[in-house]
Amino acid sequence: MPQYKLDYLDLLEAESIHIMREVAGQFDRPALLFSGGKDSITLVQLALKAFKPGKIPFPLVHIDTGHNFPEALEYRDRVAAQTGAKLIVRKVEDTIRARGLKEPIGKFASRNALQSYTLLDTIEEFGFDACIGGARRDEEKARAKERIFSVRDEFGQWDPKKQRPELWNLYNGMIAKGENVRVFPISNWVELDVWNYIKREGIELPSIYFTHEREVIVHQEHLVALSPFIRLDEDDVILKKNVRYRTVGDMTCTAAVESTASSIDDIIAEINKTNISERGETRIDDQVSEAAMEDRKKNGYF
Amino acid sequence: MDLLRFITAGSVDDGKSTLIGRLLYDTDSIKVDQLETIQKQSKNKSEGEIDLALFTDGLRAEREQGITIDVAYKYFSTTKRKFIIADAPGHIQYTRNMVTGASNSDLIIILIDARQGVVEQTRRHTIIASLLQIPHVVVTINKMDMVDYSEEVYNSIVADYFKMAEMLHIKDVTFIPISALKGDNIVNTAGNTPWYQGETLLQHLETINIVKYINFSESRFPVQFVIRPQSDDLHDYRGYAGKVLSGTYKKGDVVTILPDGIESVIEAVEIHGKEVEEAFAPQSAVIRLKDDIDINRGDVIVTKNSQPKVSQDLEATLCWMDNKPLTAGNKYLLQVQSRRVRCVVKEINYKLDVNTLEKHENISQASLNDVVHVTIKTASPIVYDNYNALRANGGAILIDETAHTTVAGCMLI
Repeated sequence: MPQYKLDYLDLLEAESIHIMREVAGQFDRPALLFSGGKDSITLVQLALKAFKPGKIPFPLVHIDTGHNFPEALEYRDRVAAQTGAKLIVRKVEDTIRARGLKEPIGKFASRNALQSYTLLDTIEEFGFDACIGGARRDEEKARAKERIFSVRDEFGQWDPKKQRPELWNLYNGMIAKGENVRVFPISNWVELDVWNYIKREGIELPSIYFTHEREVIVHQEHLVALSPFIRLDEDDVILKKNVRYRTVGDMTCTAAVESTASSIDDIIAEINKTNISERGETRIDDQVSEAAMEDRKKNGYF
Repeated sequence: MDLLRFITAGSVDDGKSTLIGRLLYDTDSIKVDQLETIQKQSKNKSEGEIDLALFTDGLRAEREQGITIDVAYKYFSTTKRKFIIADAPGHIQYTRNMVTGASNSDLIIILIDARQGVVEQTRRHTIIASLLQIPHVVVTINKMDMVDYSEEVYNSIVADYFKMAEMLHIKDVTFIPISALKGDNIVNTAGNTPWYQGETLLQHLETINIVKYINFSESRFPVQFVIRPQSDDLHDYRGYAGKVLSGTYKKGDVVTILPDGIESVIEAVEIHGKEVEEAFAPQSAVIRLKDDIDINRGDVIVTKNSQPKVSQDLEATLCWMDNKPLTAGNKYLLQVQSRRVRCVVKEINYKLDVNTLEKHENISQASLNDVVHVTIKTASPIVYDNYNALRANGGAILIDETAHTTVAGCMLI
């Protein structure tokens, strides 16, 4: 009898592909949220595999805050073109203007929370009934409790008390008009799983994931890249450091880590050694309040 | 390295949160910044030691309202295995949450407080483990430090549990004396139980055979999506995408497409666009057939040697999960894998007392958390297996037709 044994990455991949196909099978107008970050890059790879030799049967959508790393945007356009899927980009800038939204102020004025408005408008514009996202349950405790098929009301709001029980591998994507479902196919992956998968699959990444020299300022032990989007104060000291990004979000709310890692192997070795969590090390926006993510999700966030 | 999914059953009083915290802490799965948050919160409690239970602390919405929002998932890994913990509350009013968490678990850890022994809750957790057919049961007898690590206490609890397990037809049980608080026999063997020669909890979790319980002989492949590139080079390509729930599929296999019963032969099995020798559970794959037949999402491809049930009349043991009660005669949608059909719950035959296994007949309604035996009639045939015989294709959910919520988890019979 042959050895019917699968590696954990194969098991995670099989589960995620099953979820991708459920989305394609259950919804009329799904979309995949693609930012050029490693988690959504993994989603694109899974979607490609799920529908081979066909194309990905849904568009890629990017909600562009205007505060992105140029390297991530270049990567986004190139990879989207390679997949043959349609790329839809909607800008937070436009939403701010059209809706008269108030720009956030402060040293690291982040448009992170404003993304929800643009996302909801985009969902409405294209009539998306499902949005596939790269959130993982190990990231944060609000995410640890969210379903793989997470139903949002017409305001995009997550209500943790009204979640549907999710049993076996049976996903209930039934919704009323106006509601939509956020689907998280890599819910059960942890940070290292993503890195090991990227290594195994030989997936190309934006260059900012690897070591490079960058001008940064130090803010509460975080290294923040010098950019036109942050406010420089008199006591800020600009340093040149060898850094890489452990996560890729906005330039205003993502911190760099000091590193000389120039390959995926180096990165995996560093993550294995580090004693700080992914979000703790890199996300400035999660530290505002202990329930920051929970609050944003209730307001329509990814 | 492979993957084990397990559920922990117990309440805060049994030390469940402390146990999970201990597993994460002693396997170095908790990072410094997360630890600092916990330490800040622990200061208000007892001096010195950090409160490991806080690692499983929930959302603000839960703290404010004193409720628990069902299942939280935790992750850790060792060099041998990756683990996914479904952390579900264990009180009777959370039966639905335990059923949800148990549905995907390969193993259940049942906590017993050494001072209390086998209690009603132990019995309930064991009954749910048996209903959901979780292959492995690990009974951890916790708080051994509170009974002076007494071998007699341990032995008498083991004996009590054995008696009960036998009645419930639980086969694979392991017992481990632990102290989640002190860390005895969880990750490290402490010297406090020299009379215990067995594995620590982690050693056990790392080494139990998971694959043993995957069924590789009865093949079930529900079609999720039909891949039709319709490009110039793949003009006639038609691939059926799905997940091998059980069994294996290879080129040349004679298959039946259910519920229609059409026969065909496998032309090729593909994984990620590449032809493979064979696909097996639980792989996601694409199957191509020799004949040009009309196959849609919801159809099931099975090999000829083993046939599932195809029927419109079925029986099920279900756990009711909605605030609105189930009344005989109500209509719902029944989802089995990728097939969703209208159905009516014709009769509620009896309610099962999950504390005692007693059957209460002559009931007309089932309320939230009730486990009942029902008769269902579907609008068109569904393809399924007896849950106890083939767990992978025996689970179903009921969906409220207008509210669209998932109202029940069904173990089909």
